[in-house]
Formats: sequence, structure tokens, C-alpha cells
Amino acid sequence: MSDVAASKIPVTVLTGYLGAGKTTLLNRILSENHGKKYAVIVNEFGEIGIDNDLIIGADEEVFEMNNGCVCCTVRGDLVRIIDGLMKRKGKFDAIILETTGLADPAPVAQTFFVDEDVRDKTTLDAVVTVADARWLSDRLKDAPEAKNQIAFADVIVLNKTDLVSKPELAEVEARIRGINPYAKLHRTERCQVALNDVLDRKAFDLDRILEIEPEFLGESDGHDHDHDHEHDHHDHGHDHAHGHGQGGLKHYHDEDMKSLSLKTEKPLDANKFMPWLQALVATDGQSILRSKGILSFKDDDERYVFQGVHMMIEGDHQREWKADEPRLSKLVFIGRELPEQKIRDGFEKCIA
Amino acid sequence: MTSFNSDNPASIVSVTDRTLKIELPQAATALHFLGDSAGFVGVEDSVSFAAVSGEVSTHDIHGGGILCTVSDGKRIVTGGDDGKLVTVDASGATETIATDAKRRWIDNVALHPDGAIAWSAGKTAFVRPTKGDEKTLDVASTVGGLAFAPKGLRLAVAHYNGVTLWFPNMAAKPEVLEWKGSHLGVTFSDDNKFLVTTMHEAALHGWRLADNRHMRMTGYPSRVRSMAWTADGKHLATSGADTVIVWPFVTKDGPMGKEPAMLAPLKAKVTCVACHPKSDILAAGYSNGMVLMVRMQDGAEILVRRDDDAPVSALGWNAKGSLLGFASENGDAGLLPL
Repeated sequence: MSDVAASKIPVTVLTGYLGAGKTTLLNRILSENHGKKYAVIVNEFGEIGIDNDLIIGADEEVFEMNNGCVCCTVRGDLVRIIDGLMKRKGKFDAIILETTGLADPAPVAQTFFVDEDVRDKTTLDAVVTVADARWLSDRLKDAPEAKNQIAFADVIVLNKTDLVSKPELAEVEARIRGINPYAKLHRTERCQVALNDVLDRKAFDLDRILEIEPEFLGESDGHDHDHDHEHDHHDHGHDHAHGHGQGGLKHYHDEDMKSLSLKTEKPLDANKFMPWLQALVATDGQSILRSKGILSFKDDDERYVFQGVHMMIEGDHQREWKADEPRLSKLVFIGRELPEQKIRDGFEKCIA
Repeated sequence: MTSFNSDNPASIVSVTDRTLKIELPQAATALHFLGDSAGFVGVEDSVSFAAVSGEVSTHDIHGGGILCTVSDGKRIVTGGDDGKLVTVDASGATETIATDAKRRWIDNVALHPDGAIAWSAGKTAFVRPTKGDEKTLDVASTVGGLAFAPKGLRLAVAHYNGVTLWFPNMAAKPEVLEWKGSHLGVTFSDDNKFLVTTMHEAALHGWRLADNRHMRMTGYPSRVRSMAWTADGKHLATSGADTVIVWPFVTKDGPMGKEPAMLAPLKAKVTCVACHPKSDILAAGYSNGMVLMVRMQDGAEILVRRDDDAPVSALGWNAKGSLLGFASENGDAGLLPL
């Protein structure tokens, strides 16, 4: 990473439905003895008790770019606030942006893709979604915003786990995984989570798209389900998302929001793949919330990685494939009513 | 004088040896001359006045970032993230004109020739006339920019999807000029015939005020952050491209159907423009730190400051046109007596 990139200020987006515990998590982050200074952008200025020197009230003004395409919405207030905050660079190490409970994270993320000034100065670190273990299952049924926030997340803090029974917890986790099997999930009471689990994640850094594997429950958080299951799931790769009730673990299809993963050991034709991906996000970008991929192209010794939000895609060569590394191409899409067969067929045609 | 290849500074007429280096305590966000005193507005906390002797005096005016600034040549008015609107004169005497009740950021400020002041915080625009009560106007989204019309007490308030034209002393409903997108900076032509905004997209938008006809000024590779009217008020010079883009407002149609002049091309982006107050000359600052003086008639260039990688962040002339000042993002600054 160059010095210029290293000096970019990381921005963590904190989202979650009303009452899930965003402010609790924010205050935990700020009160912890980490020696870092944060600039905090909140939506309800001055109405909640947050103890921090640099607090900025935001208006969540979502602007449409490019003549009103809904896939190109950005947060205009964020552009202005980051411009103003940068006058004080050196006074803080990172920015935490709290959205309202009803906000769609996409315009925030897209701001970091489209706006050149924001891109020059800051980097989107991760979308962290706080979810209420007790009420999330209900909200996923009646609040599309809550579902968006889960689907969009890089990190999910499943809070208030002390208010539910074990079966209830398993139920809500399975519902989360039915939508987004890729986010890191942490179970918490009163948002007690290690800071390095929510901050400095570099989830949008192309250099960090090392592996695209579903995140399974109980990997490192001391959960009580047995190792065989985990192993089993790893072996099954993406099939997992489509098998129900494997080994006693619940799995759900969400009716409209799901993930789709594609994999091939055959090299792809870059001249076919890139136009296909661009055409796909141009036509179906509205359905695709997040996308990521690690690609192996024919006659190319370097891994190509990309990631995207709705219609916006960024990609680059990452590094050379290692000698002992299988040259697999893997893609993941998370979205609403994904045209699964169309995506699978299109992808097949990109094989060289 | 002829135009030389300015990508090769060795081949261009240079006055770099005649510039006076100014030591500033911090990077400057804007430059306003009060007489012959160069007021470099810092990115936060303070303003520094530099004399041609090289002497610098710094005055604290804000407790935080300085977000907006304007001057009428007699005083500098600034708004900050401390929620304060402050005025300072060349002696360093400061006065807090207003403090936002909710300590919101003061995002924009404008000065009327008669002394009235306008500012904005969030979606609210404020006007304090020289006499009478302070007036406020709430617009539908955050105010992007403010400008007083050259005649009468009329304020242009730029915002999302257009500009609101408001007569603060009249009860009439403000007029809204609509155009999709986010409008940031705003300026009236000196003859009060045209209104131009810089947009969040890399474009300008204009209206002919007689009939509100639209003028689209597009083709920029990046957002326009600096605009300046020429001394005769007939041309608008802008940043945002790798040349200075100058739009003609000579006829009643303004730039409609006309190509802009493209002056002083470099392999760097223009970040600041400032027009000489009397002559057909403009100064341009670039993203690579270079400052050029350009004669508009034939595009002839003179090198004022060499490139050093820090973008030029402030540029300005004194009212007589005998001093050009500049500052870059790394805090370097200079004055050129002419």
C-alpha cells in the first residue's frame, strides 16, 4: 500500500434497526481505552448522549447521481461533512458514521465509490450492522430496511443474546445466514465486542479479499456446536446455502434476499468475463447489493479481485498466484430476487 | 511574449525569483487581501496576515475547522465547525457575528456590497441586513452555496435540485430555479443577467435570469471548486480541468451554443483561479503546486511558482492588482509584487 493510501482515513459505517443498540456500541467504542481519536457522524444531532470531542450531525440526504438512477444514489451530506472534517485531519484517526435505523447502507457505500474527493481522502472500512437477537426475526419479515442492513453487512453484532433462549438464538442466526453467510458474526450482550472485531476490518480493501468463504457459526466465539458440522460445511462450499436442516443446524431460504456463489476451476476468459460482469450489474445492479470475486484468467499469472455495490464495481490485479495454490475463480453475489439462472448461465459462458 | 510549453518550466518566462516567500503557521484554505495585507485563512482556528515586508501576524478566530470565508476587501468573514460566524479586519480585531444555537457547522457565507451578511447552517439560510431584523429561510435540503445579487437585497441559495432566489425583505414566496442534481457554489454575473452554480457532478449549471433558460456547461473531468469572473465581468474562469476553462458571457445568450476558451494546459488539474481586478490577466493554481499567470487574449503564460506536488489551495489579487498571493496545501505561501 502506498503512503497516500495509508494516510487515508478509515470510515466505519454503523447501521442497525431501531433499538438494536447502535448507540451502545458507539459509546463502547468511544469509551474504551484505545488511545485513538474518532470523529463521529450521527444522524440525531445532540439528542443522544455521546461523549466525544468531534461529533457532527448529519441529515442523511440521499442524492441521485447521473440523472436519477436509483443505483447511483450517494449521501450528499457525507460529501460535505468529509470535506469539512478533512480540514482537521491530524486531529482524529478514524471516522465512525452512524446511520438511522431505517437507512439503506447502499448510498453510504456508493459515496465511497463515486465521489472523487471522498475517495481521495477516506476509505470505507466496513459496514457493521447491530441486530437485536430478540426482534430481528420479526423485523426481517416486516422491515425491508432491516433485511438490507443484514445483507449489506461485513460484520454483524448480534446483540441482546441474553434476552433469548438458545433455540431462539439458533433460529435468528440461521435467518441471518440465510441472507448473508459471509459477514463476521459476533454474539453480544450490551454490545460487548472486541474493538478489533468491528474496527479496522478493511472489508472494502481489494488487497484483503483473500478468501470468499461463508462464515460459519462457532468458529472463534466459543459456541457450543460441534466441530463435525463446521467441517462438513466447509467441504460443501456454496451448497450449504441450499441444503436445509443439515446435521441438525437450521438453514433458511429468505424468500427474496439471498446469496449466490459461483465457482470454477477452469480459467476464465477476461475478454468475456469483464463485459459480462459490467452488463450484469448494469441491468441487474438494482437487485445486487454486494458482490465480490477472486478470479483466475486464462494466460494470466495474477489473481484478479473485484468487489461491488449495486452497479458500482471496482477491481484490480492483486498478486501472482502462488505455485501451490489452486487457481479457483469464486464469485459471490448478495441480493434481492437475484436472477440466479441467468447469472449461472452467463458465468458458464465466460469460461475460456 | 509567446506561449511556451509550460510542462517544461525551463522554457517559460518565469518570475519565481521575484516572489516573496511567506511563512504560514498552517495550510491556508483561502486568501483575501485587505488593502495590501494578504489574509491567509487557515484550515482551522486562525487567519494570518502577511505584509510585503514578509512580516506575518496570526490571529485566532475559531475553535476548530474553518469551513467558509468571504471578503469585501475591508474585512474577512468566516464560518467554522464551532458554529460561529466571525469577522476580522486587517488589524486583527475580531468580532463574533453569530453563534449557531445548536452549534451546527456554518457551511456558507456571503457578503452584500452594502454590508449585509448571509450565512447558512444545515438547511437554513440567514440574512442580517445592515438595518432591520435578521431573516431566515429554510430550504428543502442542506444549503450548498450562497451569493448576493449585485442589485437589491436578493440572495441566491443553492441546494439539491436547484437554487432558491430570495428577497429577504419581501414577503413574496421565493422563486425556485430547478435543475436536477446537487448545486454547491453559486455566483451572479456582474450585470445580474446570469446565475451559475457548480454542481456535485463535474459540471456547471447556469440560468439566464430574464427567462430562466438553462445553460449546461459540462465536459469537466472533475468537480469545479473555484470560479472567478474576469475584470470586465464578461467571462467566467473555472477550475476542474487540466486547462483553465473560460466561459463567455458576452452576448445575451451567455455561453449557450459557444465553446469555452481553454487556457494554460498542464499535466495537472487546475485547483484555483483568480482574475486580475483590472487587466485581462488571470492566475491559476494547479494540483501539482504550480502557479501561472495567463493573459486571456492570447494564452501567454508566466510561471509564478514551480511544481512541488502539494496542490495550490489559495490564490488571490489585491484590489489594485499590484500583488498576487498564493498558498498550497502543505502550508507554503508566497506574494508576488507586480
